[in-house]
Amino acid sequence: MDTQKTALYEYHKSLGAKFVPFAGYQMPVQYSSGIVEEHKTTRSEAGLFDVSHMGQLSIEGSADLILALEKIIPTDFKNIKLNQSKYSFLTNENGGIYDDLIVTKVERGFNIILNAACKDNDFKIIKNALGGKFKLTLHKDLSLIALQGPKASEILENIINGISSLKFMNGKNFSYNSAQIYITRSGYTGEDGFEISIANNMVEDFAKSLIAKGAKPIGLGARDTLRLEAGLCLYGHDINETTTPIEANLKWAISKRRREEGGFLGYNKIKSDINGELSRLRIGIKPAGKIIAREGTKIFSVDGQEIGSVTSGTFGPSVNGPIAMGYVKFDFVKSGTKILLEVRGKKYDAKVSELPFYKKNYVR
Amino acid sequence: MSEKKFSKQHEWVSVEGDVATIGITKHAAEMLGDVVFVELPEKGKTVKKEGQAGVVESTKAASDVYTPITGEITETNQSIVDDPGAVNKDPEGNAWFFKIKIKNKSELDELMSKADYDKFAKENPN
Repeated sequence: MDTQKTALYEYHKSLGAKFVPFAGYQMPVQYSSGIVEEHKTTRSEAGLFDVSHMGQLSIEGSADLILALEKIIPTDFKNIKLNQSKYSFLTNENGGIYDDLIVTKVERGFNIILNAACKDNDFKIIKNALGGKFKLTLHKDLSLIALQGPKASEILENIINGISSLKFMNGKNFSYNSAQIYITRSGYTGEDGFEISIANNMVEDFAKSLIAKGAKPIGLGARDTLRLEAGLCLYGHDINETTTPIEANLKWAISKRRREEGGFLGYNKIKSDINGELSRLRIGIKPAGKIIAREGTKIFSVDGQEIGSVTSGTFGPSVNGPIAMGYVKFDFVKSGTKILLEVRGKKYDAKVSELPFYKKNYVR
Repeated sequence: MSEKKFSKQHEWVSVEGDVATIGITKHAAEMLGDVVFVELPEKGKTVKKEGQAGVVESTKAASDVYTPITGEITETNQSIVDDPGAVNKDPEGNAWFFKIKIKNKSELDELMSKADYDKFAKENPN
């Protein structure tokens, strides 16, 4: 398959981007200032991310659509308010996760943001589950950009009047150059920020205005260090088809009603996980020294028993040290528990840590 | 010190008497991006030409550092372990990695000159 390019490809190039293939797309991994600098800029000012590789799915329908979606996604579709966004998953019959996603209730139905690597498969799964009754569109005509950081609201307000009053995990239609664009207050960095869905033919102009107002372009490299500091999962690494949302410590994303009533794919496994059958849990890990434990690193108890493995690990520029996430047996999940990480054949001290590693207040 | 010589694995070598100082090239440091972790060989250890003699990690990934010269490690640069970012700032100067007591001086003849290395790095960016 040929690698695809987003509508901003040439613009990234002009900004000095270094590209890597990611989920079938040529994506900027960093610009000239480098990952650490880009990370810090996002935490202190505002960063602009091109996330147009992600899937933007819209599904049109009303009451019967709600019933159909509740069978495959454990969101409380009955109680989600207009323009409200929720983090959720597409579950499989074993309670594993086909994908994690953000669903937003809009006037005609729902918008769902899907991971780039999963979007085509998700589309098939959702289409099969819903039957032919609803109109599903995986938008190829739309780009998605994220503006993240403490100055995001101030910068975007220059271009979109009234944006600063939007609440976290809420969206709204705004007008830009007499066209309609949809903006949600959300993100994947642990910072305040916005995700802007806009036509491919307008996105470069929009991105340029954000840069002109002080936003800095940020690549996928810093996106990864930012999300890991924020304790957010990366699909295909921290969660996948074999991890349940409960094991992944994402129980909060399933509302009380859905947890109690079930009625979605994989509920039996998820219910038994909730009721104490849990064998492992996703945790945060802080190595004692500077050692970086990458994905796949084996985790041991202090008495030498293998108890799990790392699913994401890097250096956290704002934490100023190495950080990781992984799964360990349930007896070792308490924060502060001493564990050992095996890196290049040697064992290194580490501790189970609270997540997130880095905390910011969102605008609610 | 002698004029620097360069290896295909992107190390530089500078010789004084029978001791070689070795580090990674500016090109290698740029390709790695921000260096956030460095692991060096133990003093007294004997390393073989093109054998693994350290690790550098960026935020993205870990890479092995090789030695272009066979010999015994006589000194390592603790300052880059304490401040890995120094590797990006001064890779071909203060951020040297280790010193080796050269076992076989003829190995030096197999290394490239600065001009040849620059050409090589351009043709083999990774």
